[in-house]
Amino acid sequence: MSSRKLDRNMDAAFKIAGLAATFFGLLVLVVLVIDVFMDGFHRIGWDFFTSYPSRKPEQAGILSAWVGTIWIMITTAIFAIPLGIGSGIYLEEYARRNRFTDFIEINIANLAGVPSVIYGILGLGLFVRMMHLDRSVLAGGLILALLVLPVIILSTREALRSVPSSIREASYALGATKWQTIRHQVLPAGFGSILTGIILAMSRAVGETAPLITIGALTYIPFLPTSPVSLSQQSPYVHLSLQGFFDPFTVLPIQIFNWVSRPQKGFLADAAGGIIVLLAITLFMNGAAIYLRYKNQKRW
Amino acid sequence: MLKKNNIVKFKEMLIERLLLCCSLLSVFTTAAIIYVLLSESIGFFKEVRIIDFLTDTQWTPMFTNKHFGILPLLCGTLVTTLIAIGVAVPAGLISAIYLSEYATDKMRHIIKPLLEILAAVPTVVYGYFALLFVTPLLKQFIPGLSGFNALSAGLVMGIMIIPLVSSLSEDAMHAVPMGLREGAYALGSRKIQVAFKIVFPAALSGITAAVILAVSRAIGETMIVAIAAGQQPKFTMNPLVPIETITAYIVQISLGDTPHGTLEYQTIFVCGMTLFVLTFVLNVISFKLKRRFQEIYE
Amino acid sequence: MEQEIIIQIKDADSFYGPKQILKNVTLDFQAKTVTALMGPSGCGKSTLIRCLNRMNDLIPRFRFEGKVLYKGIDLYAKDVDITDLRREIGMVFQKPNPFPKSIYENVAYGVRIQGITNREFIDGIVEESLKRAALWEEVKDRLHEPALSLSGGQQQRICIARALAVKPHVILFDEPCSALDPIATAKIEELITELKKNYTIIVVTHNTAQAARVSDFTAFLYLGDLVEFGPTAKIFTVPQDKRTEEYLTGKFG
Repeated sequence: MSSRKLDRNMDAAFKIAGLAATFFGLLVLVVLVIDVFMDGFHRIGWDFFTSYPSRKPEQAGILSAWVGTIWIMITTAIFAIPLGIGSGIYLEEYARRNRFTDFIEINIANLAGVPSVIYGILGLGLFVRMMHLDRSVLAGGLILALLVLPVIILSTREALRSVPSSIREASYALGATKWQTIRHQVLPAGFGSILTGIILAMSRAVGETAPLITIGALTYIPFLPTSPVSLSQQSPYVHLSLQGFFDPFTVLPIQIFNWVSRPQKGFLADAAGGIIVLLAITLFMNGAAIYLRYKNQKRW
Repeated sequence: MLKKNNIVKFKEMLIERLLLCCSLLSVFTTAAIIYVLLSESIGFFKEVRIIDFLTDTQWTPMFTNKHFGILPLLCGTLVTTLIAIGVAVPAGLISAIYLSEYATDKMRHIIKPLLEILAAVPTVVYGYFALLFVTPLLKQFIPGLSGFNALSAGLVMGIMIIPLVSSLSEDAMHAVPMGLREGAYALGSRKIQVAFKIVFPAALSGITAAVILAVSRAIGETMIVAIAAGQQPKFTMNPLVPIETITAYIVQISLGDTPHGTLEYQTIFVCGMTLFVLTFVLNVISFKLKRRFQEIYE
Repeated sequence: MEQEIIIQIKDADSFYGPKQILKNVTLDFQAKTVTALMGPSGCGKSTLIRCLNRMNDLIPRFRFEGKVLYKGIDLYAKDVDITDLRREIGMVFQKPNPFPKSIYENVAYGVRIQGITNREFIDGIVEESLKRAALWEEVKDRLHEPALSLSGGQQQRICIARALAVKPHVILFDEPCSALDPIATAKIEELITELKKNYTIIVVTHNTAQAARVSDFTAFLYLGDLVEFGPTAKIFTVPQDKRTEEYLTGKFG
């Protein structure tokens, strides 16, 4: 009898330990958020978003950082989304099970686990040196695109796998070709889940620091990449330009890192302010992804 | 009628080829990583003997008296990784067992995505937290703690990795067939016995895969250690003093304007190579274990 | 019933991996009649019907040997366009499987993928197909609502309308009522009888009563063999083979 009672106590004790272990991380996250708000909330304001970095901490802002982040995100998305979805479609819908496919799969699994700083080194050797893209938006965006590619590939595959085969059969039975079936039925049916994966991938790219530092993106940047659209008084009035992709840049996490590395207290407050903005972006994106996933759950 | 339409056929083939090219990009990426790392590393090893690189206990590429021994950097990586794993594995596994065996389905669906937010927080934020919150906090208990140290960096890194361990282990335990559990319950076992004696061993290869992946992640983590652990390559296992990890060194040297082609520049690639080899081996082992586990249960 | 033969199966063998599913099946289908393929589960009736529009091609380890002649053309010949074939020979599946799109889009899909974009033309086909599937009155005011919001029986009739929209000559029904309640089943059976005026229909069923109700001809398959084939009335009253008799009297599954 007593050993049974002991077992029951063990069960109860483990339940508490389990809850504690599960919520410990979340508790830390709450402490972190409170800490950052206390340190940096007073920096958040109009000027903080519209000022360039400065030697005086109280005048410094994140203008070049958030604009740079948007540039980098767009560049990353342009490359990573089509390539990732395309690769996911091939592996899930076309590839036959053989050693070659096996090789690609193990390769993608490994790439998903390669430290991000290695992608930076790859970018340094390949994009910056060999392709002479220098420390440009394009080089940074390409690096992050390669970095998040496995995330998009894996979530695309998972999304396509969850589309029931009866949908494919119905389409084929109407005389649709393979690509028509994928393009008109399978992809739309899996769209919600693919979108979730894309948002998660982009939210990861927003926060990446190390690979961009490796290509030397950490410099004082008191200007913005060339705007893609500019207006003028004379004909043709509207000018389009791709120059921005070849301009140097900084991004939010790098600006934060820069400020954290300074000894002055004022810059640490700037860093905390930047972190509040960065956290707001990533938490919003993750929230959106969780909501989407939840909404997609009860489909079939 | 019913004859093949060559234009349609050609279009279908073209699309398949195009999609295949997308897939091959990942192979190309790996090849490019290896090529870039190797090509610069070869230059490095023309100047530095491999035996010195592997056995010298000093790493001083920027000093006049240059030493290129990877051991201090490996040591720093090892210390932070051990601390992180020391936090992430127990917490992650207990949490996984709880989620898989004790929590209701509804709770699991709420908690898992919440935990994943922990892994989504940018690492530079964790670095800030380790340097400016955890270290000052720990100093109140450990007076000898330096401003930069492996301990807080490792602890915070561990917290970041908890979701990775718990989520993947929970997936593994969840895949253990209900029949195994029911057999044990029918004999009058309690939950805790079922969890530890039945489910945990049955899911062991899946759990091991998760832990190995966590180790790989800890080895490769960069910003937390670059911010909070210091920049002093030391051949020590002391977690209270400033050290430097492989990743932090790569960041440090990238910050300066190191001229292309110098030995200092090449150290980036040698360190990258070391890091790549370590994580590659771990990733592949983890992948194989996970696949073997899936073959048994799915 | 002196009529043209539209499909001939000649010496069909099929394999899944090393396992033989169909054993030397030879069978003719007459145009504008209903033929029922009947037999216990695992007898190969579903495999047989899926050979007729080459749906089995999608299964990796599947192999087919023999001939299927549709209007004299060998469907397994190298130069046959499988997508054209499937427009001639439509199919309705076991479980209603409408696309997760609107009712209208479901029916219009088969026409759209042929590259037709004329809105009025498609509207016409959608209406005509839904009418032929006896669904028009029920859904004409909500064509743009999701097809998945309909009842199971209505979903199955959407699938029938969808198949009719591409103007096939033959329609294959693979146990079309197995997921439906008796009332919905009766409606589908009624519809099949109506459709045979214009189409050749082949129905797979494990329900002997259903075979008796809807079909003109019945084929009985058992363990991959075609045991018996003939006019339904004859099969059900004077079966020639002992196995057919045992099946009809419920001696096995």
